[in-house]
Amino acid sequence: MAFDELRANPKAQVILGLIFGIIFGFLLQKGGVTNYDVILGQLLLTDFTVVTVIMTAILVGMIGIYIMKAAGLVHLHIKLGSVGATIIGGLIFGAGFAILGYCPGTAAAAVGSGALDALVGMIGIVIGAGIFARLYPRLDRTILNKGVFPAETIPELLGIRALFIVPVVAVLIVGVLYLLQMIGF
Amino acid sequence: MIEWFTAATWSPYIVGAGIGVLVWITFLLSDQPLGASTAFAKTAGMVETAISREKAESMAYYQKITPTIDWQWIIVIGIVIGGFISAYLSGTFSLLTVPPLFAGAFGTDALLRAGVALLGGILMGLGARWAGGCTSGHGISGTLQLALASWVAVIFFFIGGILVAGMIYGFAFL
Repeated sequence: MAFDELRANPKAQVILGLIFGIIFGFLLQKGGVTNYDVILGQLLLTDFTVVTVIMTAILVGMIGIYIMKAAGLVHLHIKLGSVGATIIGGLIFGAGFAILGYCPGTAAAAVGSGALDALVGMIGIVIGAGIFARLYPRLDRTILNKGVFPAETIPELLGIRALFIVPVVAVLIVGVLYLLQMIGF
Repeated sequence: MIEWFTAATWSPYIVGAGIGVLVWITFLLSDQPLGASTAFAKTAGMVETAISREKAESMAYYQKITPTIDWQWIIVIGIVIGGFISAYLSGTFSLLTVPPLFAGAFGTDALLRAGVALLGGILMGLGARWAGGCTSGHGISGTLQLALASWVAVIFFFIGGILVAGMIYGFAFL
């Protein structure tokens, strides 16, 4: 596979990680999604900036990743989910999302733009992750593997090749973005 | 060109497309999906290691998510720097303790906001690790790979978020 040497070089990867992080933080801040009011506006359904950013990223990212995958340039990185892990964890995350008003990535970029409450939030996220690590053996035995999903990907679930699913998802996203624009978000 | 970098905000479409292209590059050059919450688990592991190396090394979760300075950890440092560069260039960098919406509803007590942010952060850190990713890892990198778990996760992030935001501020759409 292409770039094998670069991918296997830990020092180069730390430098790349830093650069990618800087670009990501720069984009998040420029997008205004480092702003508590914008994130709460999304959750209160009065401001659709967050969903617009996410959906455009999915649209552009998906097309590129699936083309590169077809060309043998990249592997997918997919985790199998379950009711116990994905849904329960998702709801806990959502509650934290509304109370903190930033997510892990946007909190970091918000700190860079001067939001001290986001810094407190980042400390909280570390504590929360630490609590999860402490609970992990017990959760792993009891709840995380309950109701494991039947497939890793949507194409696999539907039994339809990604070649057909990608354009459908792309059209759906463009449709939703267009609709949001029409309604005035 | 310079005006572009000093603009206070960019169109959400440009920002979203930029993030999409960034994910192409992280897959291509680093064989990694873009995500932020793993770094927080690694940091928690570093704290555990500082308290007791033996204890941290015996914990199953830190054998899986090693507390080391690597690609996934340093990305969050980069995000802070990137956020600073963007805010600094546009002249919008300013220290803030209580966001306007919060202040309007609950007052300008920085300690109250800090307490709420800490609580929200703890739930978020717990939930992110529980679900195996956050808004970036599941919400963008996972969904764009058409990962089933990521689509379910992002839907439940928003269900939980919309319900709790409504409980805090009232359901604006009702």
